[in-house]
Amino acid sequence: MVVINMEAYLDNAATTKVSDRVAEIVKKTMSVDYGNPSSKHNKGFDAEQYVKAATNIIADSLKVQPKEIIFTSGGTESNNMALIGAALANKRKGNHIISSGFEHASVYNPLLSLEDFGFKIDFAPVDEKGHIKTEELLKLISDETIIVSIMYVNNEVGAVQNIAGLSKAIKAKKNDLIFHVDAIQAYGKYRIFPKKEGIDMLSVSGHKINGPKGSGFLYVDEKVKVRPLIFGGGQQKNRRSGTENVPAIAGIGEAVKEFYENHEEKINRLYDLKKHMLERIPEVPGTHVNAASLDSLREAAPHIVSVSFDKIKSEVLLHALEEKGICVSSGSACSSNHPGISSTLTAIGVKKELLDSTLRFSFSVNTTIEEIDYCIDTLKELVPIYSRFSRR
Amino acid sequence: MVYKVLLVKYAEIGIKGKNRYVFEDALCDRIAEKLEKVAEGFEVVREQGRIKISCPDVYDFDETIAQLKTVFGIWEICPAVVIEDASWDSLVKGVGDYVEERYGDRKMTFKVEARRSDKSYPMTSPVIASEMGGCMLDRFPNLSVDVHKPEMLLYVEIRNMAYAYSESIKGLGGMPLGANGRAMLLLSGGIDSPVAGYMVAKRGIVIDAVYFHAPPYTSERAKQKVVDLAKLISVYTGPIRLHVVNFTDIQLAIIDKCPREELTIIMRRYMMRIAEIFAEKCKCQALITGESIGQVASQTPQSLLCTNAVCKLPVYRPVIAFDKQDIVDIAEKINTYETSIEPYEDCCTIFVAKHPVTKPYLNIIEHSEKKLNDVIDELMQKAIDTVEIIEVN
Repeated sequence: MVVINMEAYLDNAATTKVSDRVAEIVKKTMSVDYGNPSSKHNKGFDAEQYVKAATNIIADSLKVQPKEIIFTSGGTESNNMALIGAALANKRKGNHIISSGFEHASVYNPLLSLEDFGFKIDFAPVDEKGHIKTEELLKLISDETIIVSIMYVNNEVGAVQNIAGLSKAIKAKKNDLIFHVDAIQAYGKYRIFPKKEGIDMLSVSGHKINGPKGSGFLYVDEKVKVRPLIFGGGQQKNRRSGTENVPAIAGIGEAVKEFYENHEEKINRLYDLKKHMLERIPEVPGTHVNAASLDSLREAAPHIVSVSFDKIKSEVLLHALEEKGICVSSGSACSSNHPGISSTLTAIGVKKELLDSTLRFSFSVNTTIEEIDYCIDTLKELVPIYSRFSRR
Repeated sequence: MVYKVLLVKYAEIGIKGKNRYVFEDALCDRIAEKLEKVAEGFEVVREQGRIKISCPDVYDFDETIAQLKTVFGIWEICPAVVIEDASWDSLVKGVGDYVEERYGDRKMTFKVEARRSDKSYPMTSPVIASEMGGCMLDRFPNLSVDVHKPEMLLYVEIRNMAYAYSESIKGLGGMPLGANGRAMLLLSGGIDSPVAGYMVAKRGIVIDAVYFHAPPYTSERAKQKVVDLAKLISVYTGPIRLHVVNFTDIQLAIIDKCPREELTIIMRRYMMRIAEIFAEKCKCQALITGESIGQVASQTPQSLLCTNAVCKLPVYRPVIAFDKQDIVDIAEKINTYETSIEPYEDCCTIFVAKHPVTKPYLNIIEHSEKKLNDVIDELMQKAIDTVEIIEVN
């Protein structure tokens, strides 16, 4: 098969293309309804309606109250606000926080910074499928523990936690724990209902679900106290000051609305794509799929496939694919600028010689089966070439 | 205070003979090019033994000085006031006004130096100096004379009009670009090669550059880093024509056919050969590298001998005997260090053997290279034909 100038964007866990509907509403709130929601005139009122509408869409999707949604600049700010804000607001109850061994840097680094303020942080281990070892996690809980923070879907390998089960287990041991969930790769892929699953805080980013970059929110249960990180004019009920980013908020609202339309069909399609990729990957010599398999397809996220390649440095293969118009990621794109070994891959027990040889392929609603076929065909062509010239 | 004139003193041009005007004109041109960016209306003229910059009515003094500090060939910049009527009473008043505005009534020691190029002026230089000193003492009671280590050294110069100045701002030194030919810099993404390019350019040499990239083993970002480095040094060296050569196929052929521990040496020999071809096309008289003795396996004296053996052009290696820290110091001064340490792999490191040869023998290397005979000409030609040229400015 000869395909010329084909492109395949398979890095949707890094970011997605903004949908036409989202782009339209973003533009409208920039050029027509550009008011400041705090202004008393009708331009301000009009802008405020976008914020209210987005809040309602999101609250409905989670089955929570609109007042429990705080808009942020994205996933990183949501995680920072959740962890630092809740830690500072609850420090009288204790100074211990538990997370897992394979969190995103936007959870890990705020926690490290809390250590400077006297908090103690522990990380629960995960097994080779990427699941938290619940027993070990429970052993870490003490009288001092105030927050447990666990990622819903891991961004590098797509492993999914049994969030409801974890919540039940930890709260059985200490009922006033605050349970924070980083759902940046999960929201949209799953229907998440915080009240039912026992989630007290939930971080979401807009650009992973065809929304604009710079959009996101944090759900905070009304009973949970969170100290603001940003002070100013008192917007968003004093919890996050600064003029509301109306285009981003309207954009993420529209993105959520669109994503959850025909939701089951979309997710089934993503799983079909993933299944197709997993079926064809063995055609490429020397490959190992991480934390996913055909017989337990639905146990992991529908949009992420992590593959390790024998004897090829991931960056070399990444750039070779790039020359063929295929965009993928080595490790997670957010941390790709810091060449270091992925903590997730270490945590799930990937062999040492493969740590530096792992690529992430990730899909969106726009991904087609042809793109995946093109990617596999290209890998079949490139892998034998590039595994010949390896480092010594 | 507003200076109407900047007097530029130059470094080594002063000792040139009959071709001195070549250097002076080059320096005037380089200065004029830089000042165009600051404001319109600067006038740069060659005067006896120095260059005079007449400034427009409105200009940013700090920005002007910052630009002049990037021009090779400038020894000192002296911001001066102009006293148009050089008759004695007017001169005394003008110089006094300058001192008052610049220093107020500060308590300090001073000394006057005078020069007259207008020999018809009715007083000799020593007389002007001592008389002017006396007048200043009369006007400013807080001044006192110290002829050995004055805090203020006040210059008075009488030409067709008079200038007064007391400050000199150090320039870069060196020689003006365009005065001394052209050379081809082998620019990598590291710390040393931008410094080497800067140092050679400081001797008045215009530089072009060549960079070897090896996609997909090196990324677009690694290439962009080199473009960024070229841009940073172009502040000093002027526009650089950057040749980006795709080196992947040659590199893989070497890996395929030659001993791995000789890879880097053989690679560098081909880089030199290709650089020399572009050097000749650009009418360069030399190559420039950032090699420094013993820094890595390919920079031992034995390795340098092997690399050098393929070159017909002289290879300038200005940091050859520098310690790493000394190179880093210059890199920091010229603002390339931060960019150089960005962590993108270059094609020299990606396939490097665990134990590369450190004392290669030329005959053995030449023998190994013969294994490339049936493919190398074609690969070299392809690398040359597919060069991408980026004008960095």
